[in-house]
Amino acid sequence: MLGSFDAVLLARLQFAFTVSFHFLFPAFTIGLASYLAVLNGLWLYTKKQHYLDLFRYWIKIFALAFAMGVVSGIVMSYQFGTNWSVFADRAGPVIGAPMAYEVLSAFFLEAGFLGIMLFGRDRVGPTLHMVACLAVAFGTFFSAFWILSVNSWMQTPAGFSIDPDTNQFLPEDFWQIVFNPSFPYRLAHTVTAAYLTTAFIVGGVGAWHLLRYKRRGDQPSQATKTMFSMAMWMATIVAPVQIFLGDAHGLNTMEHQPQKVMAMEGHFESHPEGWAPLYLFGIPNEETQTLDYAVGIPGVSSLILGHSFDAPIMGLDSIPDDEQPPVAIVFWSFRIMVALGFAMLGVGMWSLLARYRKRLYEAPWLHRAAVLMTPSGLVAVLAGWVTTEVGRQPYTVYGLLRTSDSAAPLEAAAVGATLVAFIVIYTAVFGAGTYYILRLMGHPPHTSEARYKDVVDGPTRTAGITPVTEELMRRHTKEEE
Amino acid sequence: MPIAEGVSFDLTLAWAMLIALAVLIYVILDGFDLGLGMLFAVEKDRKNRDVMMNSVAPVWDGNETWLILGGGGLFAAFPLAYATILPATYIPVIIMLLALIFRGVAFEFRWRTERWKPVWDAAFIGGSTLAAFAQGMILGALLQGLDIDKATRSYVGGGWGWLTPFSLFVGLAVVFGYALLGATWLVMKTEGPLQERMRKRARLLSIITVIFIGLVSIWTPFLQDGYFSRWFSGFGIGLAVLVALVTLLMLALLQLTLRSGGEEVWPFIISLALFALCFVGMGVSMFPYIVPTEITIYEAAAPRASQLFMIVGASVLIPIILIYTGLAYWVFRGKVDPEKGYH
Repeated sequence: MLGSFDAVLLARLQFAFTVSFHFLFPAFTIGLASYLAVLNGLWLYTKKQHYLDLFRYWIKIFALAFAMGVVSGIVMSYQFGTNWSVFADRAGPVIGAPMAYEVLSAFFLEAGFLGIMLFGRDRVGPTLHMVACLAVAFGTFFSAFWILSVNSWMQTPAGFSIDPDTNQFLPEDFWQIVFNPSFPYRLAHTVTAAYLTTAFIVGGVGAWHLLRYKRRGDQPSQATKTMFSMAMWMATIVAPVQIFLGDAHGLNTMEHQPQKVMAMEGHFESHPEGWAPLYLFGIPNEETQTLDYAVGIPGVSSLILGHSFDAPIMGLDSIPDDEQPPVAIVFWSFRIMVALGFAMLGVGMWSLLARYRKRLYEAPWLHRAAVLMTPSGLVAVLAGWVTTEVGRQPYTVYGLLRTSDSAAPLEAAAVGATLVAFIVIYTAVFGAGTYYILRLMGHPPHTSEARYKDVVDGPTRTAGITPVTEELMRRHTKEEE
Repeated sequence: MPIAEGVSFDLTLAWAMLIALAVLIYVILDGFDLGLGMLFAVEKDRKNRDVMMNSVAPVWDGNETWLILGGGGLFAAFPLAYATILPATYIPVIIMLLALIFRGVAFEFRWRTERWKPVWDAAFIGGSTLAAFAQGMILGALLQGLDIDKATRSYVGGGWGWLTPFSLFVGLAVVFGYALLGATWLVMKTEGPLQERMRKRARLLSIITVIFIGLVSIWTPFLQDGYFSRWFSGFGIGLAVLVALVTLLMLALLQLTLRSGGEEVWPFIISLALFALCFVGMGVSMFPYIVPTEITIYEAAAPRASQLFMIVGASVLIPIILIYTGLAYWVFRGKVDPEKGYH
């Protein structure tokens, strides 16, 4: 059986690789689509130029990220069939429907209005253009709604029965399937994470340009200040909300997937009398089933999870070995996510203090911190995803269908070869895309329509996105500096 | 499900038709933009390439979404078909997905760099061609039939079962067919010398495409006994002759409308009709099988509750989708202006 195990492991690696690559783009574009809709609305309402400047600046980045999200997403929509066909056959009757709804209510909406949003401003007038921006923003949200419903069903399955002949999961109640026990928590936590991700990317870019203006002795442009300020408001307000939501999600997980929480907390041993420590640090040792070099605060884990020092907390010793998720990965990814969450909270509070002192745009250390935190949302989102997905192991459908029984009957060589192809191609293509995004971010938002036109009227980019070629970019930057 | 006395509604058949429709719309829409990508190869002038790409830039994403609906719909309504066809055509499916990555990012990347522009142009050409070829191979593999073990509900034909002369041949047929769609689309969307060149290319491509259609049509009935009896017995013969005549008529009309300075819109519409005809022909060959001669649509069908839950949404949402997709095409109607473009 070694051969089939290898194919399963390779299929898992392939899925983990392709989905985590893909996830980065929607994590960014969900928030960015809303930000663009807000900017467009502010511009229409106030007619202040800097809102339009910011819209035009971020929409180029959005178009790149969105295209990469689309093409990597198509891979995901077929991967259930190619690599996980047993899972697809058995779970399809239940989760196929919400996935079809995702296509019908979200993908088409985004794709149908994206063209108008990107290229149609002067063709359709301000109202329909605004409608297109909103349609794209709502589309990204609906997409998150359905895909997280599917993912949550795999974590906390509900509303189904099992066909004794085909072993297929059969739907009994779609309300319970869609709104399964962990779904509301996961949806809130993930969408909020996407907003924070965007806030820190936008804020980081704003801070970078504030620092550059300062180094050159220039006054920062209004657009740059606005983007930093809006991003910091988002961080200030949403980071605490997110920590609250994360706690609620954790309690929900405790109720429905206790072993995931045991792994997150590093609780190999049970604490039937309560006073379970909150481990800040430790090295999970799955051989000996101990947390080595543990540093913990007594009682706090009981307090958080059971809301009382006396709350009994069960450990991994209470479940069979073959039900255990890989503890070390879950333990560490959870800590990375939480640490970044608190760092975000810190930056948000810092910016509030700077704002109170009227030094939001003259606080170089805050700006440096914000630049450092630019990718924090992306990292936190990935870490959170690893926590929840690896914590679900060894199951694809929690408690019911094992990962090892879910894979397609493929040969390891085929899965291995395609895994290599995915790694090589993703690295090259999305590496190039990331480079183009970073290069766009490296230039400040254009401060006037005239200069913007100057760049636009270069080579024909009839589809309307600024045709920023290297040569024009150099010329433009030289003018500005 | 009895809707009223004596009237019943075949939900599974409705879903089969709906997915077939999604795939047909996909083939037609992404067909012309993939074809356009291939025509990049013979249109070296940079300005012309810009015009060509801009004629589909606002709509390609929507076009491609029909592929996701085809796959997603299959997953939801016919999970057994989804779970057997995809492992059976594993390699061409992965090739198609990777090719679509290159094609998709080229739309954005080629505007972001001067030095690397030729690389992304090549990605656009290669991605488009390979995606079309892979789609043809998947279709060919499906038409010739897959080895399914019904007891384990899985594909047992091995990693290379899809690779046959027939599937390679269908792959080529799809490549030329898409190129024809792309060329006639550009006849509609461009002007001047570029349009004239596209007319010439479309004339040649229409002949090649019809030859391929003929050969695939003659080959197909010999793949499975079921196909043979369907097309070469009684009523079937008449139908086959009729289809052949209509195809030839379409070819003649294409040649006629593609004359220099001739019609601008009709060649595209006739090409679409040609594709629709082939598609219906394929449906006639396969029905009621979804995996030919192994699994029928009824055997692969998801439980009634799943199909019902989705049909409610689909019957509301698909008309809305068609309306705003139409709106997007309407907004960007007319010729692509090579000088000014649409800002």
